[in-house]
Amino acid sequence: MAGHDLRPMTVALGHWRAERVRPAGADFGWLAASLLVLAIVLMPLGGLVYFALRGSGDVWPNLIANVLPNAIRTTVLLLLGVGVLTTVIGVGTAWLVTMFRFPGKRVFDWALLLPLAVPTYIIAYAYLDVMHPIGPVQTTLREILGITRPRDLWFPEIRSLHGCIFLLGVVLYPYVYLPVRALFLMQSAATLEVARTLGANRLRVFLRVAVPLARPAIAVGVSLALMEALNDIGASEFLGIRTLTVAVYTTWVVRLSVEGAAQIALVMLAVVFALVLTERWARRRRVFSAASRRHHAAVPQPLSGFAAFGATLACFLPVFFGFLIPSSYLVGSSWRRIKVAGLPSALPTWIENSVTLAAVATLVAILVGLVLAYSLRISKSPAAPAVVRLASIGYAVPGTVLAVGLLVPLAALDNSVDAFMRATFGIATGLILTGSGAALILAYVIRFLAISAGGIESGLAKVSPHLDMAARSLGSRPAKILATIHLPLISPAIAAAAMLVFVDVMKELPATLLLQPFNFTTLATALYGEAKRGTYEDGSIAALAIVAVGLIPVIVLARVNAGMGLSRRRKQIVTGDAVETGMAPL
Amino acid sequence: MLKRRGAALGRAVLFAAIAFAAGSTLAAEDEVNVYTTREPGLIQPLLDVFTKETGIKANAVFTESGIAERLAAEGENSPADVIMVVDYGMLEDMVERGLTQPVHSDVLDAAVPENLRGPDGQWYAMSMRARVIYASKERVPDEPMTYEDLADPKWKGRVCIRSGQHPYNNALFAAMIAKDGAEKTEQYLTALRDNLARTAGGGDRDVARDILADICDVGLGNSYYVGLMRSGSGGPDQEQWGDAIRVIFPTFADHVGTHVNISGAAIAAHAPHRDNAVKLLEFLVSPEAQAVYASGNYEYPVLAGAKLDPIVAAFGDLKVDSLPLHQIYEHRREASELVDKVGFDQQM
Repeated sequence: MAGHDLRPMTVALGHWRAERVRPAGADFGWLAASLLVLAIVLMPLGGLVYFALRGSGDVWPNLIANVLPNAIRTTVLLLLGVGVLTTVIGVGTAWLVTMFRFPGKRVFDWALLLPLAVPTYIIAYAYLDVMHPIGPVQTTLREILGITRPRDLWFPEIRSLHGCIFLLGVVLYPYVYLPVRALFLMQSAATLEVARTLGANRLRVFLRVAVPLARPAIAVGVSLALMEALNDIGASEFLGIRTLTVAVYTTWVVRLSVEGAAQIALVMLAVVFALVLTERWARRRRVFSAASRRHHAAVPQPLSGFAAFGATLACFLPVFFGFLIPSSYLVGSSWRRIKVAGLPSALPTWIENSVTLAAVATLVAILVGLVLAYSLRISKSPAAPAVVRLASIGYAVPGTVLAVGLLVPLAALDNSVDAFMRATFGIATGLILTGSGAALILAYVIRFLAISAGGIESGLAKVSPHLDMAARSLGSRPAKILATIHLPLISPAIAAAAMLVFVDVMKELPATLLLQPFNFTTLATALYGEAKRGTYEDGSIAALAIVAVGLIPVIVLARVNAGMGLSRRRKQIVTGDAVETGMAPL
Repeated sequence: MLKRRGAALGRAVLFAAIAFAAGSTLAAEDEVNVYTTREPGLIQPLLDVFTKETGIKANAVFTESGIAERLAAEGENSPADVIMVVDYGMLEDMVERGLTQPVHSDVLDAAVPENLRGPDGQWYAMSMRARVIYASKERVPDEPMTYEDLADPKWKGRVCIRSGQHPYNNALFAAMIAKDGAEKTEQYLTALRDNLARTAGGGDRDVARDILADICDVGLGNSYYVGLMRSGSGGPDQEQWGDAIRVIFPTFADHVGTHVNISGAAIAAHAPHRDNAVKLLEFLVSPEAQAVYASGNYEYPVLAGAKLDPIVAAFGDLKVDSLPLHQIYEHRREASELVDKVGFDQQM
């Protein structure tokens, strides 16, 4: 343990990383499969390019003069705010629950994930109602203070940029918490202990050693959270925040220029991509993975007194704001509704539709992610990581835009099949994919492949290539190696990715609205239909169901995480390595 | 080996496709397919009655943005028969893009006034909603107002409104451009922006809620929201919001009518069940269906003589502004760009 300095470890891991597993010849199938996946994933982008090229560019003078300066400023501030907030909450709470013991720690371990189940459009609505001058909070405050006029009480405005940052921050921080916590769990205690024996105090260990080492996980989590924030339309439009995504939407819906909207969306996408690549380039030579062969997790230190209270409070507040307030609001308004009219008779159907879609989409996304991540592992192409980045593109585009982009190639495919069948067999096949459940599944998989492929990729990256080499030299084919060696090793990473995809599909609204089949209602679309009509209490039952069903995977995920101690011990024998319960490194 | 398997797979797919296609044509005879941006809570009951009366099964996709893109992408194979939307600019846009077809129906022509139809019967209005002023019952005297009055400096810090880019506001501002020109409208928007009590945003109902909360005294909203709020269908809170406001039918200065926006319907260019689609449209303007628009959603029926909901009737008599809808459409984009130019929606 002594002399465990960062550098030799880094070098050792760098050595691992430098070697790539060479294909044994018959791997063409894997390569072809991954290229096929890439081609499918890029379909919506093709649709957007098609729209963009058709446009005359006439939307730009107004955009440049009147819209973009403010929209860019608002968007940058929003992203900065959400980035800082999710980092502080996500990293801070992850550090607390992995390194210390304090009252409630075991609950917070999983409870900190709960806000994942709350969609942004729901939290915005709930907070406006609760925090409105005539809502319960301000009314109570005025009564206590003896103020009669709402105007006379100063209260932070939720319909503002800082309000939007706050709300997005408290529901999106789990995207940071999850991978960072996994990384802290894997970080060799030795590193931290060395820092401590060298005289660093707790804060210094955290800021100077733990956080820098966690940077890849932070980057992964924050980039997911930021893309959620960037593409959010529900909360920001509702709160009156005019982001670039709102500008895309206005250009399309009000100025009726899907062409102009596609042009803005593509420029935004290029910027996002440049930023992601810059971040990765900036840490290109560093290898952060701190797992060593003699890995052992740090033993949590007990906190007492004020420190323990502070830790409990710090972990409680994010759960309180991000989950307890919106969910108890939903329980309240659902209850009022159920008392009067009972449960909506179609509720079981909505749940069934949502869960079926989410389950199928998750299964496909995991399989596709596995094919992608694994074929990249066995290929020696230096372009391999770029392919995963490119395949993650669906997450960087607003859901509606993705759906519009997907419609074009999808319907074109349907129409050419139909034309072919008519010409050859005299049979009209009509639209097979467009307007079917399959189109929805496809849209979800494209949108959330970033999570599945990225999570699996980072899981696989932790498995020593020496294992592949050994297995291959013993004559195993890649598929067999995957099934017998990798899958058992990376199952926690797969489970984590699957749960995230499932929850995200449950919450997804805009793409579902545009691509849904006839006579088909999910929880999210049912909620939307009621909210639009203003029958919010009816809608809140569907909203509560989204949160409740979304909780199940979150709790399962917590179980998987809790079980990691055991699986890690098992793995240590094989690989001397831990497996990251990680997410997409975009 | 691999080849044979591939061929077998191909045959299976072909078989499935044929079965699917056969299935869909068999089931297709007595159906009508609707793409709509309207709420299921309003439209589904209408469709259910239609099915009961005619035996024609009505299938619906309740969507939001992008009906035109979906129709365009689907092309000749689109299953859509009827399109129902609330933003009439979307209807005009679809006509321009060749996504609709003329209807030719005496029933529709008799029921829907000429100024509420598209050129050549390409679309028909099904209902109207007035863009009215919500004024605090407590703090605003009961006097007639014009849209222009809202820009008067005496309302500084007292006006609430949803986004200037929302189609309802956009149509109003476009109508103003058509009447008074872009320059005057820009001045109006600047002055109105300066009067806002809070950042433009939220929905029309939020205007009423914010008036109750004393955040503002007057604002713009659609008439049917008042019915929805006061009826209690949105819960007791909304009833209070609705009761806090008085509805004023504003006119444009020097004109007599109040601006309305419409909900409308069209038949898709490649409708596979055209006859059923016409039947559905004709049903939607029947006294029975028009009564549902009036009582279920508190809108103004287009059918002359159809009964208003009592809550709506109590607002007083609506005189509709005579400006042809097409002129509003022509200024749609200009209005949207003016809203950007004056920073109407900017954070305060």
